Amino acid sequence: MNKTVNPNELTSDDDNGPLYVAQKKVYPQSISGTFRRIKWGLMALCLGVYYFLPFVRWNRGLGAPSQAVLIDLPNSRFYFFFIELWPQEVYYFTGLLIVAAIALFLMNSVGGRIWCGYLCPQTVWTDLFYAVERLVEGDRRERMKKDKSSDPMKLERISEIVLKHSIWLLIAWWTGGAWVLYFNDAPTLVKELVTFQAPMIAYIWIGILTATTYVLAGFMREQVCTYMCPWPRIQAALTDEWALNVTYRYDRGEKRTSVKKAAELRAQGEHVGDCVDCYQCVAVCPTGIDIRNGPQMECIQCGLCIDACDNVMTKIGRPKRLIGYDNDINIQRRQEGNAPVYRIVRARTVAYSAIIAVIGGFMIYTLATRSLLDINVLHDRNPVAVKLSDGSIRNAYTVRLLNKSGYDRVVAIDANGPANATIHVVGVDSVTPDRPMVVIPRDSTSELRLLVTAPAESNPEKSIPVRFHVTDIGLGEVAAATDNFVAP
Amino acid sequence: MTDHHSDIDAVTGRSTTGHEWDGIKELNTPLPRWWVITFYLTIVWAIGYWIVYPAWPLISSNTTGLLGYSTRASLAVELANLDSVRGEKMVALAAAPLADIEKDPALLALARAKGKTVFGDNCAPCHGSGGAGAKGFPNLNDDDWLWGGTLDQIMQTIQFGARSGHAKAHEGQMLAFGKDGVLKADEIVTVANYVRALSGLSTRKGYDAAKGEKIFTENCVACHGDGGKGNPEMGAPNLTDKIWLYGSDEATLIETISQGRAGVMPAWEGRLDPATIKAMAVYVHSLGGGK
Repeated sequence: MNKTVNPNELTSDDDNGPLYVAQKKVYPQSISGTFRRIKWGLMALCLGVYYFLPFVRWNRGLGAPSQAVLIDLPNSRFYFFFIELWPQEVYYFTGLLIVAAIALFLMNSVGGRIWCGYLCPQTVWTDLFYAVERLVEGDRRERMKKDKSSDPMKLERISEIVLKHSIWLLIAWWTGGAWVLYFNDAPTLVKELVTFQAPMIAYIWIGILTATTYVLAGFMREQVCTYMCPWPRIQAALTDEWALNVTYRYDRGEKRTSVKKAAELRAQGEHVGDCVDCYQCVAVCPTGIDIRNGPQMECIQCGLCIDACDNVMTKIGRPKRLIGYDNDINIQRRQEGNAPVYRIVRARTVAYSAIIAVIGGFMIYTLATRSLLDINVLHDRNPVAVKLSDGSIRNAYTVRLLNKSGYDRVVAIDANGPANATIHVVGVDSVTPDRPMVVIPRDSTSELRLLVTAPAESNPEKSIPVRFHVTDIGLGEVAAATDNFVAP
Repeated sequence: MTDHHSDIDAVTGRSTTGHEWDGIKELNTPLPRWWVITFYLTIVWAIGYWIVYPAWPLISSNTTGLLGYSTRASLAVELANLDSVRGEKMVALAAAPLADIEKDPALLALARAKGKTVFGDNCAPCHGSGGAGAKGFPNLNDDDWLWGGTLDQIMQTIQFGARSGHAKAHEGQMLAFGKDGVLKADEIVTVANYVRALSGLSTRKGYDAAKGEKIFTENCVACHGDGGKGNPEMGAPNLTDKIWLYGSDEATLIETISQGRAGVMPAWEGRLDPATIKAMAVYVHSLGGGK
């Protein structure tokens, strides 16, 4: 933490200040209020989804995975409720990431670091770990006292520390455990994990995520946000003067005085600020900063200082929200005696929303209308054309048929290109000449070698387009692809 | 560096590094201690790498490291693993009757994949990477086969080769009718034109078809058969079709007839294992010209 150094403390001649500093341990005080309630709610929602989603079932028929959300790496499939994605559809994830990034920008231009303060896993788990710490070791003052105490540790203190770390490790272990469940059938894997039958890689990943959760939420905490995360820097470049941020309204707060003195001065008709310098906003801050110093990179804008200040203002009978979501424009307007203006709808937010709507809409459209039957055709490159003994011309193609549905399909293949051309699939003796039929097993692809032969009399041009159709005999579903027929 | 006493930034109250650009001084922002410790740990970790992995170049070699790791050895292990993974499938391929492989999509895919790789490694220098061939090296995609185009015939040719020196190799060659003095120069020109006429190509002005037929019957029919339809037993090509191994123009034909032709296909038995040869036969057959 970069704390202000008092010049008087730096008296040594050759001391330019320390080159590195120890992490200053933060002891956030418990608090209750609107934003704390929002944070509890979101924490329960996020963790609930994360820990329990792998156990949600979804019926996809016999032989298909019954897990609602599953990343099936060995079979290269991703399942999300009614959606099944293949590796070649990875662009849906690209789209999702674009939407997520723009959603971050939108949050930022509306209400500052909403992501950081309420939704980021680092914040959520750190918050949970702080709650455990508070439960076991007591609130801010107690924890500070216990840490500062130089007395030899008593059994009670030791058991407290052991208990805290045990609970932390348990949460961390559960976090890692939930992670691996997304990659395999959850109930099966749980059974295997318990009986030590699970693959080594599962234990390794649980170990890695247990370690990261334990270290990042238990020890690194605000250091992650301040030093490791790129988002504070990025969001600082994205913000504008209208974005609402957790702000100390210095127009109202300054000049700070004590409650008693403020009452006296007010009685004399002098202007005094509402801030009574109680340091409650600092005490509750999980990053250990003073919001009254203005917007700071370390501030994750969790809103807990708003709750802390509101409680104090209520007690001393002053209006709430001395700290609140606001911006400098409104502070200036109030100083000039004007009413504050909030502009949520502005070019920036409209543009972000529009981008989200367009990309999201396009993704939903393509997903809803995508074909579960597909054909890819690759023309042989060497040789591009073959002359047969009777003078006819043959082109060979590698055809890949994709059946993304949950049932086997019987399909017929047609090729429309050179006049009177015949088509043949290697290894298939078709009962319907020139319309070879093949079976594509469900949820898989078939690669075929397809030969198109044009008779010598047809004397095909140098290059003519060929349209390949694959037709599901039962359902009539059709997919098509175009390539060229080349003559030597 | 300027005088340290004055190196306190008036606005922030923080010390500066003493570095100054156009009147702007750089604040001394201390690194977090954990960061510094992590940095030193990475250095220690790197030293660990020097010890356990190959690292330092020496004059003619390099330090090998305690783990004895090398990318070459690692590749050998990977390849051995691959072989053991493929082993079962190759056993299935070796066991399947040649004629049934193309009927089984899984075996066909395996044979084609295996065959394609082996073809690229061993056959492509002459036949081209896609089997398109070249002058003197047959195109394996078409339906014209010197030694027969059935699966068994293709496999036999791959196994033993042609004029390869193998005891079971295909023998028989195009004789050098000119060089050996069997035919005179004008007879060679005549029979070359006769052969062109067989597959409907134009003939030289004043060419005597009757004389050509006579020469052909006396000298060529023994191998190329009546009407020049060819004979896969002898490796004698069909002279009536549109495919020419060396070329169909008069000059090339005259060269072929007077100098003879005897291209060599090596025997692969003993150089490739039976399952691989089988896969290659299926691959070549499935290129499209197989009978």
